[in-house]
Amino acid sequence: MKKILKGAAALSFALACSLGAASAQEEGHSAAEPTHFPIHKPEQMDWTFAGPFGKYDKGQLQRGFKVYKEVCSACHSMNLVAFRTLSELGYSEAQVKAIAAEYTVQDGPNDAGDMFERPGIPSDYFPSPFPNEQAAAAANGGAAPPDMSLLAKARGVERGFPQFVFDVFTQYAEGGPDYIHALLTGYGQEPPAGMAIPEGTHYNPYFIAGKSLAMAPPISDDQVTYDDGTPQTVDQYSRDVSAFLMWAAEPHLAERKQTGFSVIAFLLIFGVLVYLTKKRVWRQVSH
Amino acid sequence: MSGGHSTYTPKTGIGRWIDARMPLPRLVYDSFIAYPVPRNLNYAYTFGGILAIMLVAQILTGVVLAMHYVADTRLAFDAVEKIMRDVNSGWLLRYLHSNGASMFFFAVYIHIFRGLYYGSYKAPRELLWILGCIIYLLMMATGFMGYVLPWGQMSFWGATVITGFFTAIPLVGTWIQELLLGGFAVDNPTLNRFFALHYLLPFMIAGVVVLHVWALHVVGQTNPTGIEVKSKTDTVAFTPYATIKDGFAMLLFFLLFAWFVFYIPNFLGHPDNYIPANPLKTPAHIVPEWYFLPFYAILRAITFNIGPIDSKLGGVLAMFGAIAVLFVVPWLDTSKVRSAVYRPWYKLFFWLFVIDAIFLGWLGSRPAEGSYVAMAQVATLYYFAFFIVVMPVLGLIETPKRMPNSITEAVLAKNKGGAGHPAGATASPETKG
Amino acid sequence: MSADDTIDPSRRDFLYIATGMAGVVGAGALAWPFIDQMRPDASTLALSSVEVDVSSLTPGMSLTVKWRGKPVFIRNRTPEEIEVAQKVSLNELKDPLARNANLTSDAPANDLDRSAGEGKENWLVMIGVCTHLGCIPLGQQGEYGGWFCPCHGSSYDTAGRIRKGPAPENMAVPVFSFISDTKIRVG
Repeated sequence: MKKILKGAAALSFALACSLGAASAQEEGHSAAEPTHFPIHKPEQMDWTFAGPFGKYDKGQLQRGFKVYKEVCSACHSMNLVAFRTLSELGYSEAQVKAIAAEYTVQDGPNDAGDMFERPGIPSDYFPSPFPNEQAAAAANGGAAPPDMSLLAKARGVERGFPQFVFDVFTQYAEGGPDYIHALLTGYGQEPPAGMAIPEGTHYNPYFIAGKSLAMAPPISDDQVTYDDGTPQTVDQYSRDVSAFLMWAAEPHLAERKQTGFSVIAFLLIFGVLVYLTKKRVWRQVSH
Repeated sequence: MSGGHSTYTPKTGIGRWIDARMPLPRLVYDSFIAYPVPRNLNYAYTFGGILAIMLVAQILTGVVLAMHYVADTRLAFDAVEKIMRDVNSGWLLRYLHSNGASMFFFAVYIHIFRGLYYGSYKAPRELLWILGCIIYLLMMATGFMGYVLPWGQMSFWGATVITGFFTAIPLVGTWIQELLLGGFAVDNPTLNRFFALHYLLPFMIAGVVVLHVWALHVVGQTNPTGIEVKSKTDTVAFTPYATIKDGFAMLLFFLLFAWFVFYIPNFLGHPDNYIPANPLKTPAHIVPEWYFLPFYAILRAITFNIGPIDSKLGGVLAMFGAIAVLFVVPWLDTSKVRSAVYRPWYKLFFWLFVIDAIFLGWLGSRPAEGSYVAMAQVATLYYFAFFIVVMPVLGLIETPKRMPNSITEAVLAKNKGGAGHPAGATASPETKG
Repeated sequence: MSADDTIDPSRRDFLYIATGMAGVVGAGALAWPFIDQMRPDASTLALSSVEVDVSSLTPGMSLTVKWRGKPVFIRNRTPEEIEVAQKVSLNELKDPLARNANLTSDAPANDLDRSAGEGKENWLVMIGVCTHLGCIPLGQQGEYGGWFCPCHGSSYDTAGRIRKGPAPENMAVPVFSFISDTKIRVG
C-alpha cells in the first residue's frame, strides 16, 4: 500500500511537470488575431447556489425572471420551463396563474378544426417569441437566438489544467452563470488595435465562440425597474438573470445538494462502522 | 464454481432437499463464503467487487430511466429534460446513471492497471484476462451508445465521428458505416438501434462477468507477491474476510461517487450536450467522454501515411490496436516473475506507462494542433513500446529481487516483530461471530 | 492481540448489529427513488385540473372532456330526464351511494346528490368510465335512457346510476365546481 502511494505521488508530480510545460506553450497568440476564445476568461462570481449548502435566493430569482420577461424573452425562448414551476421562485398559486395568463398560447384544434389562441395556464410552457427556428434566424440576421432553458448548463469556459483538478474539491459548477454574467457585462470595450470586427456584430472579449457576436448589448442601466430597492445596474441585472437561468437549467439544485449532505453523512457513519467491523474481523489475521 | 472440493454441508432438512435437486446454495457457499482468497490482498484488489456493484447499479438506474426515455430524435432531448425536471427523483437517477458510467470506467482502469502491475494475466490466468478485455470492449461500446441517447450536440457529433472510423476500412468501409447508421448520416434509425443495443449490452457484460468470475474461481486470485497459494495458511475464507474488506472499499468508492452526483454532476460531461443535436452545425471542439480520451489522442496522433496505409486508416488502426494489444499481453510478457514488487525495472516502466496513459487522456481533450500533435505522437509511441518492446525484452534481461517462498512467509516478514499467527490456526469461517 | 480475547462478546455483537442495521437503512433509502420515479410526474399532476366552457350546451346536449386521461361526461339534462331520475326510490338502486367526490362518502344516490346540486340539478358531471372494467359507456342508450356499456351490457339511468348489468357502482362524480355560470373546473 505504501509503495502504491509513493508511486502515485511520483506520478502526480511528473504529470504536473509535463502538463505545466505543455500549457505554457498555449500562450503567445497576437492580440489582434486571437485564435482561442474567449479572449478573457470570465470572472468567478459569488453565487448563493455555489458550494455544498448552496440554495437559490428567491428574491434574486424573481428579479432575474423580471429581466428575462422584460428583456431577453423578446428574442430568446425558454421552451422547457413551465409556468407552474415559477412557484419555486416564491410566487403564490394566484401569482403564477396571473403570470401565465399574461402570455398567449396557441392551442387546438377546436371543434371546427382551427388552431386558436388563449391565455396561458400554469401547465403551459413559456411560448417562443418566434413561430419556428427559421423565423427566429431570419429576424436576427441569420443567427437564431438560443433557447434559454438550459443555457446556464450549455455554456462554460474551459478551466484548463490544473484548475480543473482543484474544481473537483472546491465543487466549482458555476461556469455557466459566470460566463453569462461576464458576457452581459463585457460589452462596450475597445477592440485591440488592428482587430477587424465584422459588420453587424459586437466586440465582446468574453464571447466563447469568437471575437464578436450578433447580439447587441441587450440591457442598459435602469432599463428594468426593481421594486425591492436593488441597484438597477447592468452588473446587477446580469447577476440576477444569470442566477435565474441557472435555476431554469437546474431547478432541483438545492434539493440535490441537501440530499447529498444526508447521503454523504450516512456514508461516513456507515463507513466508520464497516471499518471497525473490518478491523474486528481481521484482528486475528496478519496480512 | 470453485475448482476444489466442496465443504458445504446443509444443516436443515430443507437445505438437504434443495441440495439434492439444485445445489444453488452449495454454489453460493463454495464461491462466496468458503472460497479461499490469499490473505495478503491489498485494497487494489477490491475493485473487482466495486465493478460488480457498479454494473448492477448501472443496470438498475438504466432500467428505470428507460421507463421515461423516448428513442426518437424529435423527443429524446426533451424526454431526458423531462426526467431531469418533472419525474420524481428523476434528476437523481439520471445523474447516478451518467456519473455512474464514469465511475465504472474509473474503477475498471484501476482494475486493469492493478492486473498489469501484479502480472495477473500470466499463466494460468490468460483466459481470465482475455474475458476481462472483452468486458472492457463491451463497456466501451455501451458507454459510447449511452452517450448518444440524450441527443445533444456531443451525442450527435460523437456518434458521427466514431461511426466515421469505419469509412477508413478499404472497399467495404462506407457499406459498414451505412449498415451501422441505418442511413447516410446519424439519424432516427441510428438513435433507435443504439437505444436497443445500449439496453442489451449490459446484460451481455453481465454474462461475460459470470465467465470472468468462473475463470477466476478455477485458477484462484493472484496476490501482491505473485506467488501461488501453497498451503492453507496462505489463505483466508472469502466471507467474512474479503467481503468486509470489499464492503469497506465500496463505501469509500460510493463517497467519491456521491461527491460527483450531488455536488458536481456535470463536471465530467460537456456543456455542449445540453444543446439539442443539430446536424447542420458542428461544435468547435468535438471531444468524447473522458474515458475514451487516451484512445482519441492515439487516433489523432497518426497524421502521416505509413506506406500504403493513409493517415486516416492508420489512426483508426492505431486506436483499435491500442485496445487489441491488451488481449495478447499474457504472451508479450516474458518474465518468469509475476509481480512488479520483485521487478524494479518493470515497476519503473509501469508507472511511466500510467503517466503516459493519463497524459494521452489530457492530450485527447486538447485541440489537435501545434505541439499537442507531436506530444501525442511521442506518448503513443511509448504506449505501444511498453507492450511490444518493454514487456518482451525486459522479461529476458531483468534481474528480479529475491522472492519469499510463500505468501505466509511474505506476510510474516512484513510483520516482523509483530504478532503473526498463521491464519489457519486461529481464523476459520466460524470465528466471525 | 490478546486484547480482543477479553472483549466483551456483547460489544462485538453490538458492532455487527449496528453495521447490519445501517446497511439495511441505507439499502431502504436507496430503494425509494427507484419506486418514487414510478409515481405520476409533475407535468402529469399539473394537468390534474381542467376548465371547461359549457355556455354552448343547451338542455339535452353533452360534452366529453379529457381529464387525467379519462373522459368526463358533462350533460345538461332535459327536464324529463331529471324528473325520471328523481322518481326513482333508493331501494330500487343497485348502488345506493352517490359516489360523489364533492360530498361525504355515505351520501345517498338521490338525484340531487348525483347532480351539480341545488339550482343546478340539470348539470351532471361524471367520469365516463364504466365501473365494471373500465370501458366507456354510450350516451342516451339502454333500458334506462341513460348510458349503456357495450362491453358487458351495464345500463345506467339518466343520473348515471347503475341499474342493470355487472357494474357494481354508480359512475363516479369527480371533484368539480362552477367557477362562473358557464365555466366548470374539473379537478
